[in-house]
Amino acid sequence: MSAEATKAQERPVNAELAKEFGLSAEEYRNALDILGRTPTFTELGIISVMWSEHCSYKSSKVWLKTLPTTGPQVICGPGENAGVVDIGDGDAVIFKMESHNHPSYIEPYQGAATGVGGILRDVFTMGARPIANMNALRFGSPDHPKTRHLVSGVVAGIGGYGNCVGVPTVGGETNFHPAYNGNILVNAMTVGVAKTDRIFYSAAAGIGNPVVYVGSKTGRDGIHGATMASAEFTEDSEEKRPTVQVGDPFTEKLLIEACLELMETDAIVAIQDMGAAGLTSSSVEMAGKGGLGIELTLDTLPMREQAMTPYEIMLSESQERMLIILKPGREEVAKAIFDKWELDFAVIGHLTDTGNLVIKMYGETWCDMPIAPVSNAAPEYNRPWEPTPKGEDVADSVFDGYSEELGDTLTKLFGCPDLASKRWIWEQYDSLVGGDTRFMSGQADAAVVRVPGQAKAVAITTDCTPRYCLADPVEGGRQAVAEAWRNLSAVGALPLAITDNMNFGNPEKPRIMGQFVGAVQGIGEACKVLDFPVVSGNVSLYNETNGEAILPTPAIGGVGIMPDAMMAVGIAFRGEGDVILAVGDTKGHIGQSIFLREILGREEGAPPPVDLAVERRNGDFVRGLIHEGLVVSSHDVADGGLIVTIAEMALAGGVGAYLTGFDGQHVRVLFGEDQGRYVLAVRPDVAATVQEKAKAAGVPVAVLGETRGTSLSGRGGEIVSLKRLRDANEGWLPTYMSAEL
Amino acid sequence: MKAAIVVFPGSNRERDAVAALEAVSGTKPHLVWHRDTELPKVDLIVVPGGFSYGDYLRSGAMAAHSPIMREVKARADQGVRVLGVCNGFQIITEAGLLPGALMRNGALKFVCRVQHLRVENTDSPFTKKYAKGQIVRFPVAHGDGNYWTDAETVKRLDGEGQVAFRYVGDEARADPRGNPNGSVSDIAGIFNAKRTVLGLMPHPEDAVEALHGNTDGKPMFEGLVEALS
Repeated sequence: MSAEATKAQERPVNAELAKEFGLSAEEYRNALDILGRTPTFTELGIISVMWSEHCSYKSSKVWLKTLPTTGPQVICGPGENAGVVDIGDGDAVIFKMESHNHPSYIEPYQGAATGVGGILRDVFTMGARPIANMNALRFGSPDHPKTRHLVSGVVAGIGGYGNCVGVPTVGGETNFHPAYNGNILVNAMTVGVAKTDRIFYSAAAGIGNPVVYVGSKTGRDGIHGATMASAEFTEDSEEKRPTVQVGDPFTEKLLIEACLELMETDAIVAIQDMGAAGLTSSSVEMAGKGGLGIELTLDTLPMREQAMTPYEIMLSESQERMLIILKPGREEVAKAIFDKWELDFAVIGHLTDTGNLVIKMYGETWCDMPIAPVSNAAPEYNRPWEPTPKGEDVADSVFDGYSEELGDTLTKLFGCPDLASKRWIWEQYDSLVGGDTRFMSGQADAAVVRVPGQAKAVAITTDCTPRYCLADPVEGGRQAVAEAWRNLSAVGALPLAITDNMNFGNPEKPRIMGQFVGAVQGIGEACKVLDFPVVSGNVSLYNETNGEAILPTPAIGGVGIMPDAMMAVGIAFRGEGDVILAVGDTKGHIGQSIFLREILGREEGAPPPVDLAVERRNGDFVRGLIHEGLVVSSHDVADGGLIVTIAEMALAGGVGAYLTGFDGQHVRVLFGEDQGRYVLAVRPDVAATVQEKAKAAGVPVAVLGETRGTSLSGRGGEIVSLKRLRDANEGWLPTYMSAEL
Repeated sequence: MKAAIVVFPGSNRERDAVAALEAVSGTKPHLVWHRDTELPKVDLIVVPGGFSYGDYLRSGAMAAHSPIMREVKARADQGVRVLGVCNGFQIITEAGLLPGALMRNGALKFVCRVQHLRVENTDSPFTKKYAKGQIVRFPVAHGDGNYWTDAETVKRLDGEGQVAFRYVGDEARADPRGNPNGSVSDIAGIFNAKRTVLGLMPHPEDAVEALHGNTDGKPMFEGLVEALS
């Protein structure tokens, strides 16, 4: 390859090419103004990815700024690779959730695998050893012809990557809804732990300091991936398969170990992974944050393919690569570590005082433009938005004609796609490697993973109820945060902070933008009241195909801490004779409930309102009981309401329940999804104590029955056997997945 | 008991093995890097789980030819006890320390779950603390655990007491699921002829403390400490 051959491949730079690269006419004019000339082909490519929605957050930034991001526990909020939160004893937890939606739809295995790889790098690049992965998945209708293929590929991809790198995948959530038929959501979260005095940031410093490239070689995969992720899908999106990256988890494992080993030396000034927009975003962000320039000479950069152009190298999204600014003279120390792990290591440039990004190759300069003006000029839109009209709870008349036996209704609910057991999925994930997993999510409301070498544990959950968000984005946003907070409290953890992964449709449509704005408002409000700030996040817009948008899905990843992993409480009933208590007020809100959708066939009404003050009071109460050792089993009340919650606890433990608390109650009481509630099982000798404590705390507590037998039963005899529920619950997904593709 | 754990770049359960050995023996095991050519003087060598060199080729096939494995084989020949778990089972089998081969799971999917096993032979330092026929629970976490050997060899293994563990279901515990990977004759782990080498797919090192949900793996390490101290 030569300069001449490179030039021969370049296309004339003009407004038309800019449009093809995803820039609007106005954005292109702006680029011309900043440079005072026509950009080169390479420069145009760089500008277009820097200003893509995916990298610039141009539609969302103005609203994200309104979120609470601080608190005494927060060491580093949004803006770095991941959020950092203090967990005491000189330890920090570092975490983030990120989407890989568009690639996963086009190529499910690699899309999902590289989603896991990317989020792992965001966390270990800050100095943390990853201790847990989670994921939040949304697929289309089970009847859609692509769904089975997508479930199969995504799950295998997440497992294939996470299992190999040796980080336990401890759970998450999986939903199905026709609104995701053309745009599935793959949101992956990683949690790591580090020492508070050994946290690494991305701001470059020190003119002349070497810029080092480590990890995999660069190929042509993923070029313009960030641009793809910033556009709607159309019929021909299949053709975008080449823009999906290919993952190599073994190299990632080496990279984790090599980087953590290098971090034990004092050689690093700054470090960042090459994620979306690859070398472009890493070099520009690092230099930009340090207020410096950066000069790269790409001839020595490790390449996987021949005859690559500077444009291709700068835009490649090849995986498992990091950019490091070293202290001067530390190149040999660093190189020895990467040699040991048999990873590529190349000094590819240095920091300058010019403030410019300079790219040299084949003896010529392909890019020489000022970083700050281009970064600062990244568009920021206050897009027009419409608030979503508010509904009301559904009237009692929806129950007209409903006369099914309770056991039959429960069996149907336990076999419906959203409530059916996801064992088929999570058994493909190594949830135990490391030997620190106390609970996967599913065994408890939050996963509980011990901090290696210590007694204390981190609790992790991912939550969002998209059907609530569609009906009322503000309430839905509030609910997603409240549920994460509740799930952490339900295992006994003190909630610390969240990461938000905002998945929405096309923000250029005021209705969709209104969903985003509403969700941010709801999230912000809940974070404030619950002291549960946002420390990292990711926005994925344009999740639309042929104009059909997904349900608004602001997935919340919550993290909490508890002093001893063994203090955590799971959902399973543990033996007969325990008293079953409902904590929190039951009003019977049935709008947008699973019961309404699955049994009555209606998706309507307002979602249940969240009273944040009550949420906090009830959660603090439950957590307190757990810390005092008074709780045997604990489960928050979510999809399906009280009766489903109790049945889940019974199934998990193989111990039934004799229920007396529902006698004479309306069916709303059984299935209503009122918020801020928990079901607890306590030993009979402490039941009175718990009730007294509740009274003192002003928390409503009702006795629902006791654990007994191998079925759900009441004064009228057996309601349904656990075996029947289990068969329905465990049967659906394996049966579905084993059918012909 | 002095132990060494062989670490490949893709090993990922070496920390679990360290924790289990240290908890039971009170001594920190040596970690030996795959490119090393010598082992310290030890009573037990553990080849842990993971993905050795990525295992994009048949699992363990490349690792079996690594420099350190020559030394492991030499020590095994001298009678030093060798425990290969999961990827370690694959590696020592590929290296010829045990008969047979490990193939993709029958269902072609990775499987991670707590699995019931039956202890088949207690006449070894690895299994002496169990009762013959005892049902134990160890987690499994693998994609290539489908043990295969020909019928004649299975017969010989059984006849000579070389089958250490078999997968079983447990109706009493409402978990009827046995064999998780399609392995021949439900074999989960085997000994060499002298019963100085044990390879098994399940992870005893992830069942040694209350946090793991059960401690059925602990007697294996206790037996080794007792026999080798």
